[in-house]
Amino acid sequence: MSARRTPTPARLLANGLGLVVLVVSVFPVYWMVSRSFLPRNRIRSDEQVWLPTDGTLSNYDRVLSGDGFRNALTTSLSVTLLTVGVALLFAFLAAVAVSRFRFRGRTSFILTLLLIQMIPAEGLFISQYKMLEGVSLLNSVIGLTFVYVASVLPFTVWTLRGFVDGVPRELEEAAMMDGCSRVKAFFTVTLPLLAPGLVATGLFGFIQAWNEFTLALVVMTDPAKETLPVWLVGFSESRSRGVDWGAIMAASTLITIPVIVFFLIVQRRMVSGLTAGAVKG
Amino acid sequence: MARRRSAVRPNALPLGLVLPAAALLVLALGYPLVRQVVLSLQEFGLAQQFGQPPEWIGLDNYRALVGDSYLWTVVLRTVLFCFVNAGLTMGIGVGIALLMTRMSTWVRVLVQAGLLLTWATPVVAAMIVWQFLFDTQYGVVNSVLTALGSDHDGHSWLAEPISFFSIATMIVVWMSVPFVVFTTYAALTQVPDDVIEAAEIDGAGAWQRFLHVVVPTVRPVLLVVLLLQIIWDLRVFTQIYTLQKSGGITRDTNLLGTYIYSLGIKGGDFGTAAAAAMFMLVLTVLLTAPYLRIMFRQEED
Repeated sequence: MSARRTPTPARLLANGLGLVVLVVSVFPVYWMVSRSFLPRNRIRSDEQVWLPTDGTLSNYDRVLSGDGFRNALTTSLSVTLLTVGVALLFAFLAAVAVSRFRFRGRTSFILTLLLIQMIPAEGLFISQYKMLEGVSLLNSVIGLTFVYVASVLPFTVWTLRGFVDGVPRELEEAAMMDGCSRVKAFFTVTLPLLAPGLVATGLFGFIQAWNEFTLALVVMTDPAKETLPVWLVGFSESRSRGVDWGAIMAASTLITIPVIVFFLIVQRRMVSGLTAGAVKG
Repeated sequence: MARRRSAVRPNALPLGLVLPAAALLVLALGYPLVRQVVLSLQEFGLAQQFGQPPEWIGLDNYRALVGDSYLWTVVLRTVLFCFVNAGLTMGIGVGIALLMTRMSTWVRVLVQAGLLLTWATPVVAAMIVWQFLFDTQYGVVNSVLTALGSDHDGHSWLAEPISFFSIATMIVVWMSVPFVVFTTYAALTQVPDDVIEAAEIDGAGAWQRFLHVVVPTVRPVLLVVLLLQIIWDLRVFTQIYTLQKSGGITRDTNLLGTYIYSLGIKGGDFGTAAAAAMFMLVLTVLLTAPYLRIMFRQEED
């Protein structure tokens, strides 16, 4: 495309609308972060502070010193890390099978994964609740991890399979010519090349498990066992002492930070992966 | 494509590799699915809350649901909410993507960064911030409207169904648009420049070029994105649940997900809840079928 020096009216209009989109998309996040640094008495409706120039960490202090946040953080971290670990291991094995072998049931396995990915949590959480209740795994990290792995697994297998496909089989075969066994060739040649894919997929699983609300609400009914999202919703509703919006915004910001960091790392791969599959036809 | 066939390789190794994943899915999803069918044929009443085993009642739960006009209200509301949200998300998303092909680079980079931020915000955090924006007492929306001369001091946005669903729609669309923009824009940049130039030389106007060159190229992407959007908007739960908790009205704002939740987890009537959940699954499978057909075709290529 040739670069035009004088902006046409069409371009000016597009730029103007673009800036509107920018403001609408950024404003809620800006409001969340900026209010989280405002002292409680400056969050009021008759005098909105549009551009705060000073701030306080007292909101964060109130959140971090409470038991609720720390308990929920421990639960969330345990469930999330466990989910990512188990899902990556199982998905990796399955992805290798699907990518490197043609076997009976392969296509139906792949299609079942796609179908499962579409099942809404609300469609099954009643019976998952009854199942976990039956084996005393309600309010337990293991119980929640169990249903989380199942919901993350289809996507994880699907994505990892793309990464395994991307490593040329010829590399392994060359190593085998040089006298490596098939297994050794896989571990010394293919696996290192898959590391970025494993990291990206793992981060995506982290985001999903960290953000998940519905199943956590159903499985973790004991307030002492809540994950961060469930705790945050409860925290924002506890209005007995008047709403402490500053602290609520601080807590929301704390929960958002790791997601944004990880998201920025994986998003490029996510977008290219999504369209690569779809543009083909 | 010439496929190298390792014809006589035994199936044991790949099947062994797939086994852990498959076993887990069968236990965590397959078993509950069967269990749900069983639950939906049982009665969970007062006696069961005192430890009696559930009674078999055949299709009574389904009969009761189908005969209850409230279920149909909820189903209709769910489908309507889904289509309105998916439609708005697609329209706005594709619109922004098209705009992005027209704007200056610096604006486009800013817009992409902003949308990325939106996309990355966790659902629960987004819900709470939006509730804060529309808060009765402290909300910035009320104070701006009041300052502009329309008295919204103390106005409650969630107390009434239409206004409740408008807020819910705003939030759902805000959160879903980035995905549509990024995928559509990526597809738009794949429209080959030389084809467009050739069409231009052949005398095709801007509209004709758009209709006959750009649209056919991005149509497969748009179709998949639309289907995903419909499937995702059918299962909106977190947004409605959190708004209900702060708005107070439940009966007039229930969608299928929150209805199932309040029947079963809150109400203890697992039989009826399971039957309602079967409705949700059937609805999902019906809507997913075209998506699966597309993916299946690609899988065979």
